[in-house]
Amino acid sequence: MVTRTSLLGVVARTFVASFLLALAVVVIYPLLWMVLNGFKTNSELFGNPFALPLQLTWDNYVKAWNRGVSSYLVTSVLVTVTATIATVFISAWAAYGLTRMQIPFSRTVLALILGGLMLAPAVALIPLVKMFQALGLYNTFWALLILYVAFRIPFTTFLIRAYMVDLPLEIDEAAAVDGAGKARAFWSIILPMCKPILVSSVILNILFTWNEYLFAMVFTSGGDLQTLPIGLTNLMSKHGTEYPVVFAGMTIAAVPVILLFFLTQRYFVRGLADGVGK
Amino acid sequence: MRRHRRTRGWAWVAPALLVLGVFVYLPLLQNLQYSVMKWDIYAGGSSFVGMANYEKLAGDPVFWRALLNNSAYAGVSLVCQVFGALLLAALVEGLRSERWRRALRAIYFVPSAISLTVAGLLFYFIYEPELGILNAALRGVGLDSLTQAWLGQEGTAIWAVIAMSQWQGFGYSTLLFAIAIQRIPQDLYDAASLDGVGPVRRFLQVTVPLTREMTGLMIIVTLSGAFQVFNEVMVMTSGGPNNSSQVLVSWLYRMGFGRNDFGYAAAIATVIFVLTLGVALLQLAITRKRRVEW
Repeated sequence: MVTRTSLLGVVARTFVASFLLALAVVVIYPLLWMVLNGFKTNSELFGNPFALPLQLTWDNYVKAWNRGVSSYLVTSVLVTVTATIATVFISAWAAYGLTRMQIPFSRTVLALILGGLMLAPAVALIPLVKMFQALGLYNTFWALLILYVAFRIPFTTFLIRAYMVDLPLEIDEAAAVDGAGKARAFWSIILPMCKPILVSSVILNILFTWNEYLFAMVFTSGGDLQTLPIGLTNLMSKHGTEYPVVFAGMTIAAVPVILLFFLTQRYFVRGLADGVGK
Repeated sequence: MRRHRRTRGWAWVAPALLVLGVFVYLPLLQNLQYSVMKWDIYAGGSSFVGMANYEKLAGDPVFWRALLNNSAYAGVSLVCQVFGALLLAALVEGLRSERWRRALRAIYFVPSAISLTVAGLLFYFIYEPELGILNAALRGVGLDSLTQAWLGQEGTAIWAVIAMSQWQGFGYSTLLFAIAIQRIPQDLYDAASLDGVGPVRRFLQVTVPLTREMTGLMIIVTLSGAFQVFNEVMVMTSGGPNNSSQVLVSWLYRMGFGRNDFGYAAAIATVIFVLTLGVALLQLAITRKRRVEW
C-alpha cells in the first residue's frame, strides 16, 4: 500500500515537473528565436525557421540602430526617467499628506486620487487630444510626460500610502521634538524610511512607461518624439521584408526591461504583492 | 493655529489633485459631452445630436463584433490567467527545490516584462505562414492539415491574438498567486497531510479558499484589462481581416482618428467607461464587505 502510493507520487511528480519544464520552454523558446533571428540574413530567415544563424554578425543590430532605433531609445529613456521621477515624487507628497496631515474632506481627497485607478485611459482619449491640441502640446514631449504622470499617480500613491500608513507616528513626533518642520520630516526621515516601496514604485513605473503604447501612438507623430513601442511598428512598416532588422530592433527594446526585472526582482515582486495584495 | 495647519495639509495633495483633475477627470466628463455631439470636419464646428451616436452604435455590427471579441478575451483570460494561473502557482510552490521555484516564477514572468508591442510583433512572425515556427512545428509533427494563415483569416485572427495575450500575461498572475500561496501558514498544509488528505484535496480545501481574496482581485483586474485591449490587436491585425478582430478600443481609434467621427468614438468610449466602472464598483462592493477600513 505504502509503495503503491509512493509510486503514484513519483509518477505524479515527474509528470508535474515535465509539464512545468515544457511550459518554461514555451516561454523561453520564442524569445530565443527572436534574438537569434536578429543575427540571420533574410534568406536564412525564410529557410528552416528552427536553424541557428550561420554566423554571429551584428549587421542587423547596427542597421536597426541606424534606422531610428537609437532615436526611439533615447526618447524612451528620457520619457521614462522624467515621468517616473515626477510620478513618484508627486505621489509620495500626496501619500504623506494623506497619512500625516489633517485635511478637510480627506476621505473625498483619498477617493478622488485612488478612484483614478478605476478609469480606463481610452475613455479620456478623444477629449485629451482636443485639449492638447488647444494647449499647443500635441505632438510634444510634454504630452507624453504629463499623461504618464497623470495616469500613474493613482496607483503609485496607493502603493506608497499603504506603506506610509504602517510607519509609526512616533517617528513624526520625535522629529517634531527635534524642531524639524513637516517638510524637513518628510525629506529627511519619512522618505528614506519608505525606500523599499519607493524602489518598487520606480521599477513598476519604468516598466509601464517603457512599454506604453496607446498614448505614445496617439500623441506623437514625429520621428524624434516616438518611443520604442511605436518606433518598432514604424521599423516594421517602413522596411518591407527586411525582417531580421525588425527582430534586432525588438531585441534592443526587450533587453533593458528583462535585465531590469532580473536585477531588481526582490523589489519588483514586493511592489506587485503590495499593489495587488493589500 | 489649527486652521492654519489644516489648510497647509492641502499643499501636499494639491499637485496630485490638480494633475488628476485636469488630465483625468475633466476629459472623462468631456467625453460624455462629446458623445452627444457631432463634428462637422469641413466647417469645423460641432452640434448637439442627442442620442444619435448611441443609436448608431446599437445598429453597428462591427461594434457588436468588437464587444463579442472583448468578451471572448475576458472569458479565455479568466480561464488561463486566473484559474489556470492559480493551479500553476500551486504546482510551482509544491516543488521541493526553492531554487527551481524561484527560477520558474521568474521565467514565466519574463513575457510580462517586455512590451505588448514586442510580444505582438514576435507572434505576428510566429503565426506567419512562410517563416513562422507555428506552422513549421505543426508540419514537423505531421499535422500539416492544421497549418494556416492564423492572422489572415476571419475565423482565427482574434483567437490567435488572444492566445498571444495568454502567453504574455499568465506569468504575471502566476507570480501574484505564488505570493498569495506563500502567505498561507504551512501548519494548515501539514495538518491536512497528517489527516491523510492528498495533494488534489489539499489544493481544493486549503489553497483555493485561502487565496480567495487574490482570486477575486485577479478576476477584476483581468476583466477590466480585457475591455481595454488595444496594443496587441493594432500590432498584429489592426482589427482585420474585414474587422473580424476589432475590439472596442481599436474601433474607437479607427472611428476617432481614421474617420474623424469624434462624437461616435466618444460614444464607444462611454461604453468602455461603463463596463470598466461596473467591474471596479463590483470590486469595491466585495472589498467593502470583507473589510471596513479603507
